[in-house]
Amino acid sequence: MDLDSLFSCFASTSCVITQTTSGFIIGMLLFLVAVGLTLIFGILKVVNFSHGVFYMIGAYLALTVYQTTGSFPLALLAGGFGAALVGLAIERAFMSRIYGANPLMQILVCYALILIFDDLARLIWGGDFRSMGMPDVFQVPPVFIFGGVAPPYYIFVIAVAAAIAIVLALVIARTRFGKIVRAAAHNPAMVSALGINTVAIYALVFAAGCLLAGLAGALAAPVRTVSPGMGFSILIESFIVTVIGGMGSIAGALVGALLIGMLRTFGALGFPLFNEGLMYIFMVMVLVIRPSGLFGKEAA
Amino acid sequence: MTDNDSRIGRRAALVLGGGAAAMLAAPWVARAQARTIKIGMPTILSGRVATLGISSRNAVMMEMEKVNAAGGLAGRPVEMIFRDSKAQPQEAARVVRELVNTDGCEIIIDGEASSGSFAVQEVARDLKMLTIHTCSETSSLSADPKLRIPNAFRCVRQGVHDSVAGAAYAAKIAKEKGLKKWATCSPDYAYGRDTTAEFVGYLKQFAPDVEIVSESWPKLAQPDYTETLTKLLQANPQAVYSCIWGGDLTAFIDQGNLYGVFSKTPFFAVNMADYTVLTAVKNLPQGIHSGNRYIKTFPMTPQNAAWGDAYREKFKEYPTNWSWQNAAAVAFLAAAAKKANSTDTAKMSEALMGLTIDSPFGMNGKITMRAEDQTIVDYAIGWGTTIPKEPYMPNVTPGDWKQIVELETAWKKSKGYI
Repeated sequence: MDLDSLFSCFASTSCVITQTTSGFIIGMLLFLVAVGLTLIFGILKVVNFSHGVFYMIGAYLALTVYQTTGSFPLALLAGGFGAALVGLAIERAFMSRIYGANPLMQILVCYALILIFDDLARLIWGGDFRSMGMPDVFQVPPVFIFGGVAPPYYIFVIAVAAAIAIVLALVIARTRFGKIVRAAAHNPAMVSALGINTVAIYALVFAAGCLLAGLAGALAAPVRTVSPGMGFSILIESFIVTVIGGMGSIAGALVGALLIGMLRTFGALGFPLFNEGLMYIFMVMVLVIRPSGLFGKEAA
Repeated sequence: MTDNDSRIGRRAALVLGGGAAAMLAAPWVARAQARTIKIGMPTILSGRVATLGISSRNAVMMEMEKVNAAGGLAGRPVEMIFRDSKAQPQEAARVVRELVNTDGCEIIIDGEASSGSFAVQEVARDLKMLTIHTCSETSSLSADPKLRIPNAFRCVRQGVHDSVAGAAYAAKIAKEKGLKKWATCSPDYAYGRDTTAEFVGYLKQFAPDVEIVSESWPKLAQPDYTETLTKLLQANPQAVYSCIWGGDLTAFIDQGNLYGVFSKTPFFAVNMADYTVLTAVKNLPQGIHSGNRYIKTFPMTPQNAAWGDAYREKFKEYPTNWSWQNAAAVAFLAAAAKKANSTDTAKMSEALMGLTIDSPFGMNGKITMRAEDQTIVDYAIGWGTTIPKEPYMPNVTPGDWKQIVELETAWKKSKGYI
């Protein structure tokens, strides 16, 4: 334990700003993956263990497109929409068959998908780890805000993720589509009886979750190692986020992801040898005090 | 009748003749079958470390072709059998038993990482066949007399050798440039902890002014190093040491570049000068201090460069640290079989003790299998700085083997090994 450096950090503006922005960086990428997970659970009632696969697909597609075209915006689009298309195909072929099935069956199918896609990635892109490289526009020295350090690329990532959070919240709360989605989550039989195509809604929601995961992978590709099995590394943390925030809650995913981000960056200063453990202790505390998560519905 | 008789006679003669020929040939055929010697090799061919395991298999195949072309081991052609251990120690042990008991392998080349190599050592103790470890860098495998057996050898660089050579190099720069405040950042498992502790211990011994102001222990395969990097920035050290490796190091460099960490703080990364990392990092910073793993430019000899190029030509990628160790192991087996003029375990083991071979990977063109602890010394070991393109590490400062062995001996005494 090194509480001295934690307290001395709180005493300095530059340190607080640096650690807070890094908390946002970790948190916002995590949010993009976790929000898809939580949406899919909330509406489809499937715990999608294979969600990390779409993060990996997004990263690989972005890497390939960036290295062939040199265009970063194109790479981001390819990562997001590529993952969404694969997700749509998976939903139609496999997921739609296991809605309402025994959870054990759902886990088995998801686990099989993880193994299959990891091997496919190995066949297509090779077993070696790859690095995409930072787009030229972001190859600039970090920005200093009141003495705190923030790399421009990370500011961009935070902005994109924040924009998505806002758009998502608006779509769910304000649009007709959002209303239908919320209704389908609550009572799919009634929604279906009203003549609304719930099959299409389910497929769209699943694809949207995959799009967000793919986009997160594409955003992570310039800074994180791209390799088969990379999806698993973010899956566990995403689950912790959804458990803390409450399964099915978008606000919960955002708050949970940011809390994990802050816990990691400030925890690294105060508890360097126990940083990983902090996250799990926090999760256990939430589960004990509020078993359904911070924003989960009590009855869930 | 006569005709008949003579016909039967001819038939009989043919049958007899054929039978005799068959009888005469049978032992020759049997001998030819027995002459082939099977060598088994467990290594990691799937999962995260598969690249290294595959590069080990490649090197063994490449070198065994040469051995077979030159007549095999003591006149016996070699047949290699490779098995995937999936990086699991219990699987490595099982595979070795199968290779020996079912496939009839007489020698084991153990291409396992540290955890698996200790399991293989115990199987070798039990089955008593010649075993040569080619990938485990953990020093205790050969240094600890309780683990040692007469039929197992190690042809691998060692953690303690790297730490002495690295700390001596780092201490010299620390003294020249007045680098007193150091931070460490290494993976949180046995290799990371041990190697870092040894490096820091020797660094303080060589440069007593040095103090460690911050340490971070990211876990293996951690995708994000942001908190580690910002913690480094807060500690504001004058130099950073790390033994992060492979894809983790690539991510660490990519993310560290965003914070400009490497442009202002000297970075000592023992595992940087490895072609898999050097070729993967897109924006490799200039001037990272690294130990050699396998690099064509060190030792700077035509033999070493030719070997690296030949490997690249054959497998379309550069060799790894595990590749040279496996290639050297094959050379040791060939030399021992020649010296013993036999492939018998006891005779080859005896021949290997203290054996010196000519090798492109030797500091001075030679590597010795030290008799006292059955592990190699005098292999190429050194540190240098990186440049972002070929040849990546043009100038390497060689380590001092006299100093390495002296401090290694002191380390063994401190551990109660001698």
